[in-house]
Amino acid sequence: MQIIGSAMHRVDARDKVTGHAKYTEDLIGPHTLVAKVLHSTIANGMVTAFDLEEAWSVPGVVDIVTCFDVPDIQFPTAGHPWSTDKKHQDIADRKLLNTRVRCYGDDIAAVIAENEIAAANALRKIKVQYEEHAPILTVEEAMKSTAMPIHEERPDNIVVHSSYEIGSFEEASKEPGLIRVEGTYETPIVQHCHIEIANSFAYMEAGKIVVVSSTQIPHIVRRICSQALGVGFGDIRIIKPYIGGGFGNKQDALTEPLNAYLTTRVGGRPVKLAYTREETFACTRVRHAMEFHIVSYIRPDGTFAARSIDAYSNQGAYASHAHALVANAVNGFRMMYPVGAIKGNAYTVYTNLPTAGAMRAYGIPQIGFAMEAHVDDIVSRTGFDPIGFRKRNMMKLGYVDPITTITCHSTGLEECIEKGSRHIGFAEKRMRYAAQTGPLRRGVGMAIFCYKTGVYPISLETSACRMILNQDGSAQLQVGATEIGQGADTVFTMMAAETAGFTPDKIHLISTQDTDVTPYDTGAYASRQTYVSGMAVKKTAESLKTKILAYAGKMLHKDPWDLDIKENQVVHRNQEKSLIPVAEVALEACYSLTDSNHIAAEETHHCSDNTYAFGVCFAEIEVDIPMCTIKVLDILNVHDSGRIINRQTAEGQVHGGMSMGLGYGLTEFLKFDPKTGRMLNDNLLDYKLMTAMDTPELHAAFVEPEDPTGPFGNKALGEPPIIPVAPALRNALLNATGVAVGSIPLNPEKLFFEFSKAGLIR
Amino acid sequence: MYDFKELHEAGSVAEALRLTKEHPGALILAGGSDILIKLREGKLAGCELISIFGIDELRGICLEEDGTILIRPLTSFTAVSTHPVIRQHIPVLGEAVDQIGGPQIRNIGTIGGNICNGVTSADSASTLKAYDAMLEITSAEGTRVLPFAEFNLGPGKVDLRAGELLTGIRIPKESWERTYGHYIKYAMRRAMDIATLGCSVNVRLSADKKKIERLRMAFGVAAPIPVRAHTAESTAEGQPIDEALLTRISEAVIADITPRSSWRASKEFRLHLAKEIALRAVKAAVEKAGGSING
Repeated sequence: MQIIGSAMHRVDARDKVTGHAKYTEDLIGPHTLVAKVLHSTIANGMVTAFDLEEAWSVPGVVDIVTCFDVPDIQFPTAGHPWSTDKKHQDIADRKLLNTRVRCYGDDIAAVIAENEIAAANALRKIKVQYEEHAPILTVEEAMKSTAMPIHEERPDNIVVHSSYEIGSFEEASKEPGLIRVEGTYETPIVQHCHIEIANSFAYMEAGKIVVVSSTQIPHIVRRICSQALGVGFGDIRIIKPYIGGGFGNKQDALTEPLNAYLTTRVGGRPVKLAYTREETFACTRVRHAMEFHIVSYIRPDGTFAARSIDAYSNQGAYASHAHALVANAVNGFRMMYPVGAIKGNAYTVYTNLPTAGAMRAYGIPQIGFAMEAHVDDIVSRTGFDPIGFRKRNMMKLGYVDPITTITCHSTGLEECIEKGSRHIGFAEKRMRYAAQTGPLRRGVGMAIFCYKTGVYPISLETSACRMILNQDGSAQLQVGATEIGQGADTVFTMMAAETAGFTPDKIHLISTQDTDVTPYDTGAYASRQTYVSGMAVKKTAESLKTKILAYAGKMLHKDPWDLDIKENQVVHRNQEKSLIPVAEVALEACYSLTDSNHIAAEETHHCSDNTYAFGVCFAEIEVDIPMCTIKVLDILNVHDSGRIINRQTAEGQVHGGMSMGLGYGLTEFLKFDPKTGRMLNDNLLDYKLMTAMDTPELHAAFVEPEDPTGPFGNKALGEPPIIPVAPALRNALLNATGVAVGSIPLNPEKLFFEFSKAGLIR
Repeated sequence: MYDFKELHEAGSVAEALRLTKEHPGALILAGGSDILIKLREGKLAGCELISIFGIDELRGICLEEDGTILIRPLTSFTAVSTHPVIRQHIPVLGEAVDQIGGPQIRNIGTIGGNICNGVTSADSASTLKAYDAMLEITSAEGTRVLPFAEFNLGPGKVDLRAGELLTGIRIPKESWERTYGHYIKYAMRRAMDIATLGCSVNVRLSADKKKIERLRMAFGVAAPIPVRAHTAESTAEGQPIDEALLTRISEAVIADITPRSSWRASKEFRLHLAKEIALRAVKAAVEKAGGSING
């Protein structure tokens, strides 16, 4: 294998940097109508009436649709594979437009107009009457017995409550000589901030509804649109061109179901529905804020005897991915340190805040912060070495999770820790920085994580791929798995080329998914595609190769079993000399007067395995106490994602994730008006996403144990890089100042109050 | 797509003044980096605009015969920070406007627009306040000169009447000569951000560099409008430079500012920061002037 593991350039690099790549907005044709959504200006209540008279008088208005007009169908929006088992289906709790207002900015009406100005103008002229109730913004508030139900189906506002216990926590905590450490940790609501906002355009063709959309999950969105409109799956067609990022926000149906409906209102004319940045912030999805209460009992030898966690997840207005995230979080709590008795308890609770959904690493950055901050609280109180303590208790090779059965098939975590620790000079600096005085202080911190690859066995894992041989010996490669900027198209091209014996330039990957013609795949999420869809690509390329060799065998009068393909040439197995070029075989197969055979292959991979990826972040910071600022001096992520398919794109993934982790740890959080529930910083000026100027030099390194279950020894990489960054920074702050902050971000104002409380600022 | 009724483009000051007469209520558009945001939000839907962006006579920086620095209002931030007159005599103004937005905004945004927009966070305003800038305001009736100190009437409100245009910003020689300035923009990011607090100081030291002869200090976001810190300034006047003086100056700042709690930052935090950045800015300015804090 020479292609796998190389630093091949991205297959879409040229088109993307020259502007040839087409995104949703680039494909919108002339005479497309523009739709805009009217969002509620209350967070909790009912729409009682509209006055549309003035809005209708705006020239250019084609249609106005309100929550009283849409189909009376509640549908789910989460980008999960559908479950044919009713108990496991996603919660269907919203309509296309909602009369019952559940968050500030809820979708209550829509205008379709000839142009954007007319649509915006009409929107401003709609008058709404509400029955208004006080917004419920916190989990605590929503769980009170007197709280008003946000959805009638959940009178107590609890979306789901789940729990588990491994061994007996109570018994185990009675062991004599245990040290008890307790802590509360909180993570904020943040947003994905993909460059391309949420948008789509929809039209009707041949009696079907077509939606072109910036989505990570075209096949799932087709199912959701069909459910939302009450039409057949086959009546909907979703086309997904290049997209400018998603990070999980587009692992949800956003503008598509409403837009599918709007085009039917105007006789199938094309309708564009593109959110503004402000709407993308306030009216799509956010990351769940979570609060964790952790109790640990530690033996004098530095092993866990018993641990418990209570987790509360703020769902916001609609279920979306709902409990799956906090369930993932408390599972991650168990898996990382599977030692002693472990008890978990998790609640997902409706509030009148924007809907939380999927976001990079799906609940694990939340638990990663809480758990790794807690571990450092333990070692700072007990004097254990932070690395030694983690190594003693962390997951080892062969671990089988007692609940999910997910097995540790390979681990390079220990090597990751050693590599990172050497890079930063951890032990020596941690000691040196322990007792500083003065306004400027330095600190080092670290955090580890584990992350499963894909969603099996919690959900279905399946993927299909198709390859079609061209007459010149090249082949089309078609996958349902989506390129969302992460480099999927590139690694699939590499995998297909490697497996078929082609050079990568002979693989023509079709990047666009069109649910009418593209093989099925659930899409880009859960760091699954290289692992799950990669196996489908491998199987398909093997199948294509077998078919080519069968035909070549006939041409050469040789047993196909003795043949192989290397660098586009048919050769004797284990030999280099060309017997015939694949191109010649392909040409003959197509045009043979006696034996034409249009060689193509299509395979499904039904995946029933999973494996853990691991990694660590080490950070060194300088704290300016009076200025309440943190400067990152050095930061390194070391990952075990199994075998790395493409070094260059893998490093890109790690850098991107670290950048997100830095924002999560230091600057990003969404703010809401406590009186109205309105999002206050719904733009990129007030939402403090880091700029290039704020970003330190990012270092990425890998250790590469071959995972026996991955198609090429590979494991999850897309999401993991964000996970360990925030806790590593927080633990570095603890080392620098002795101040143990229980929440993120570590933004200046929070540091001001924390330093004041600790007496560092008078 | 922007919702406005009409855009009138003026080629000269005279034409701009005529257009303001003919279209009362029309908004003056310079670089557009503030107005376009409001337009996009639909807040100014249907408005009329008079663009003065094409008036080249309102662009440029020069040193007048008496040593006054004249900055024409349409000069872009980039042009301000790279201009030799600014670099030589009041580099702190260039350093301040170099912290606005990003390169694109600094290429289009103008210093006149920055102060006429009238917000307390304007990065150029505190330095211009600290240098006692004078404004030349022109109307069909003639020209009036107004100290910048009196220009801000309230948040987003300035003393620019109907039919008037800001045509010049002047910094008198007495104000800038032998001074060394420093600006600290305290923000959550190192670029593309709005100041949580801004502090511009300039000092003139005694010949032996042991004493502060004169201190000028102004703040942004420490009050509803950009403000001078007169108490802090007089605390420093004629005083020998040492740590104790820095502390006294920084404590005195509290009397000069009235920051408020907003969702962007709390009053307590802003008060703490004001003292800290005042201290650091004075220290940096003293060092630029060749002085030293401890002898």
